Amino acid sequence: MSASDFTLAELLIVACSEAWRGNGEVVATGIGPIPRIAAGLAKLTHTPELMMTDGEAFLVEEPVPLGPRGDYKPRFAGYLPFSRFFDAAVWSGKRHAMVTPTQLDRFGQTNISCLGPDYRQPKVQMLGARGFPGNSISHINSMFLPQHSKRVFVEGEVDMVSSVGYNPARTKGVNTDHLDLRLIVTDLAVMDFGGPDHAIRVVSLHPGVTLDEVQEATGFPLAVADEVRETPAPTAEQLAIIRRLDPHDIRAGVIKGNPAGIRERA
Amino acid sequence: MTFDKRMTAADFVGQLKDGMTIGIAGWGPRRKPMALVREILRSPLKDLTIVAYGGPDIGLLCAAGKVRKLIFGFVSLDAIPLEPWFRKARESGAIDVLELDEGMLQWGLKAAAMRLPFLPTRVGLGTDIMTHGGFKTVKSPYADGEELLAMPALRLDAALIHVSRADRFGNIQALGPDTYYDEWFARAADKAYVSAEEVVERMDESYPDPADAKTSIFERCFVTGVIPARFGAHPTSMPPAYGWDMGYFKSYAAAAGEEGGWDRLNADIAAGEEAYLERVGGEKIASLPLPIF
Repeated sequence: MSASDFTLAELLIVACSEAWRGNGEVVATGIGPIPRIAAGLAKLTHTPELMMTDGEAFLVEEPVPLGPRGDYKPRFAGYLPFSRFFDAAVWSGKRHAMVTPTQLDRFGQTNISCLGPDYRQPKVQMLGARGFPGNSISHINSMFLPQHSKRVFVEGEVDMVSSVGYNPARTKGVNTDHLDLRLIVTDLAVMDFGGPDHAIRVVSLHPGVTLDEVQEATGFPLAVADEVRETPAPTAEQLAIIRRLDPHDIRAGVIKGNPAGIRERA
Repeated sequence: MTFDKRMTAADFVGQLKDGMTIGIAGWGPRRKPMALVREILRSPLKDLTIVAYGGPDIGLLCAAGKVRKLIFGFVSLDAIPLEPWFRKARESGAIDVLELDEGMLQWGLKAAAMRLPFLPTRVGLGTDIMTHGGFKTVKSPYADGEELLAMPALRLDAALIHVSRADRFGNIQALGPDTYYDEWFARAADKAYVSAEEVVERMDESYPDPADAKTSIFERCFVTGVIPARFGAHPTSMPPAYGWDMGYFKSYAAAAGEEGGWDRLNADIAAGEEAYLERVGGEKIASLPLPIF
């Protein structure tokens, strides 16, 4: 049974959790509140084999709730500090990360490093490429982009290609056997890379959103699945788990105004 | 001659030279050897090449104009994702950079530690890390013939590391849930300088338990100097002893947008380590809560 009263953030958590369905024994890393709650939801519902950390260095079998913990004490099942992470999870391919890059292009290449045309003097310096180059060429990756717009879904290539995508001009001669981009969840739609030559393809629209709106907010042409569904609403069971994983309602602050899950049509 | 590696922060900085390549251990706003970084800020050293998983160490060194080139995987304060002083340096074109994937940085340190010219990896291929970094590739000599990026060794003139305990021989113990890549900074460096919350005469007398000994993440043959520095990671976190100082980070970040902001931050540091620690809370540092992730 789908619930009728839920927020867009909660709809997105459920949509994001689908990314990990059936992945088996891999480390599910959700960076940011919504992907992290989604990873926990995936483990507690459809894919209990998933592995995850406490956000720091220990492996847990029970996803750790977000924010201040009160009396809750995480129980540790294993140890996976950063110092082991590359060997054990990244380069081994035993991981599926969901991240929020600043830019994404038609090839699935992303940028979190810096913005602007001049690399020597960027307009905006961000984090640096972090682990994106290694993640993208080693294990499964998905993306959560809470502000679907042409600023994020850029027309040309992203300013600093931080992660590998399906761009033949850049991957010539590169072993891309482990390049595996899965799901893109935005505030408007769910997409995958199932179009021609891994083109980004719309697979479901959130309640009240049209395909035209999604295309209009995207800097490049989108492929469209044969049958575009409506993104499923959370069930009462899923909502209960979400509330347990996010007792301080941190998810309410992710999307501006914390809108309802079912939007009025414009 | 007695076997004793203990030295003062002034001794340590006196052994560094302009233009050196210096690795700074820790990770973002965690376990950074900040007392040693502050000692560099108080010195006339310049034109440094810094290798780090960067946090406020990088922001401060950039703000002070000490950095010629930065070799980095990221720079961040975690809770404040974009490091404000690093941003200023980059956005004004003030520093050269070699940007790496986090794993490539580790690989470069490991190559240096193992005295190899490079280590092969797929990481970086197909991205602008390759474009901007000028990395070369190497072809597997085996049947697969795969073309791989050759990550060059990142040999360090000096490494700076902050640990929980050290003794006069250079034995160390690093407590806390994660010690990141500190061990590889130590082994990749010609000289590693280790500051410690607590310095004892002999580890085997003060902390002889096997569980303690297992926290010794690198070997004393790599340690050149041991510098006592209680609260030496402030404002970064040093679990289990203390967390990061969010109040400091906030005013530090705000200062980047204020007229004379750097002069004010720097004045606290220039006053000397003891005065600095007093200024930022003294004993209260011990009760800074550990961050929750």
